[in-house]
Amino acid sequence: MITTDILIIGAGPTGLFAVFEAGLLKMKCHIIDALPQPGGQLAELYPKKPIFDIPGYPSVNAGELVDNLMEQIKQFQPGFTLGETAVSYTKVDDEWFEVVTNKGTVHRCKAIAIAGGLGTFEPRKPTMENVADYEEKGLEYFVKEPEHFRNKKVVIAGGGDSALDWSVFLSNVASEVTLIHRRNEFRGALDSVEKVQDLKNQGKIKLITPAEVTAIKGDGKVEAITVAVDGQEPFDIETDYFIPLFGLTPKLGEIAQWGLNIEKNAIVVNNALDYQTNIDGIYAIGDINTYPGKLKLILCGFHEATLMCQSVYNRLNPGKKFVLKYTTVSGVDGFDGSRKEAEKAVVKKID
Amino acid sequence: MSDINIKITDREGVTHDVVAPTDMSMNLMEIIRSYELAEEGTIGVCGGMAMCASCQVYVISDPGLEPMGDEEDAMLGEAYHVESNSRLGCQLHMSMEMEGLEVAIAPYP
Repeated sequence: MITTDILIIGAGPTGLFAVFEAGLLKMKCHIIDALPQPGGQLAELYPKKPIFDIPGYPSVNAGELVDNLMEQIKQFQPGFTLGETAVSYTKVDDEWFEVVTNKGTVHRCKAIAIAGGLGTFEPRKPTMENVADYEEKGLEYFVKEPEHFRNKKVVIAGGGDSALDWSVFLSNVASEVTLIHRRNEFRGALDSVEKVQDLKNQGKIKLITPAEVTAIKGDGKVEAITVAVDGQEPFDIETDYFIPLFGLTPKLGEIAQWGLNIEKNAIVVNNALDYQTNIDGIYAIGDINTYPGKLKLILCGFHEATLMCQSVYNRLNPGKKFVLKYTTVSGVDGFDGSRKEAEKAVVKKID
Repeated sequence: MSDINIKITDREGVTHDVVAPTDMSMNLMEIIRSYELAEEGTIGVCGGMAMCASCQVYVISDPGLEPMGDEEDAMLGEAYHVESNSRLGCQLHMSMEMEGLEVAIAPYP
């Protein structure tokens, strides 16, 4: 069982920054995210796009901002449960919540901060009727363990960076990689497209475009897929795995069933007090919340994370008076024993 | 006068006559959101970067839209419910040339 002070649901910029603010107050955090890596939509949707309204950065790429946030919180040693979705919570007693994921991972915490952005990013699934029959039986939406595919036949569908990058990577792992895309043009980094072109020329990747996968076949597991190519008779390809990488779509998901007040796909919080929901001890910060005057901006999420942490501190330390300190003055003590502080201005007395 | 008149059919099939400003740097996705013609969270999910297709529309009457750019074309190459008249609302920036535009919002993927 994982135990922490604040359980943060969502590893986007708001959730990551909450770790830092909690750390300043000596509170430990653990983060759950449905995606296999931290960063939320910044990492998943637009890592190479510039953001112009982060204070202090005239321009910063989304991926770079995530990297910087991860660096900033490193000394507070957050735990991560990645690739899993929080599905249920229970109030164990006056002090503890318990949150369980879709994979059965149990987390105990003293407060919950939902920082889920637009919601849980779920893979956009193919439209065939029998898709559910093959999920995790050869039909995979993420590549979590590349070794899983060693010496296997793999068909990847999609036209973006994920499809290109995994085709390149798995060409050195799988026995056979076939990449299928609806169009001849790919929407990915030029470098990735060129690598796929090279590997195709070397015969290490089979490329089928413009084409679509129209059926999955197999007895209890994926054994073949049907491909429709413009102007040709559909044909089957034998494969062990089918990996459709059509991007992600956000859904509020199981959290919508938690009894939270929800308005227009967002969680209602007490405006500008501490972003607590209608359930005592459960907060919502960042794009996932709503209140009068709400702005869905990263910098607002940072502010909300800060006030949320102050509120949790007061909940956990009801008798203690908190005095706001500036990090410039007090420095930052990590949970890993590290300390960051400003250099002393007076270094030597002059007689 | 810098406003134009456009018709937008929502996902329930109801057609709305909408007055859209052309002097506020707005795109069609933002117009749809500001008039609340699609449920919040199901339109403009990526913020208008041509990266999600939640703002896909079908152009019913085209008074002279700007041609599709590469990013829009590529996104529609991966989207669902795509028709020959599909466009991404976030890539359609309101201009006087769009007077009389008629669109229908595509289903949410």
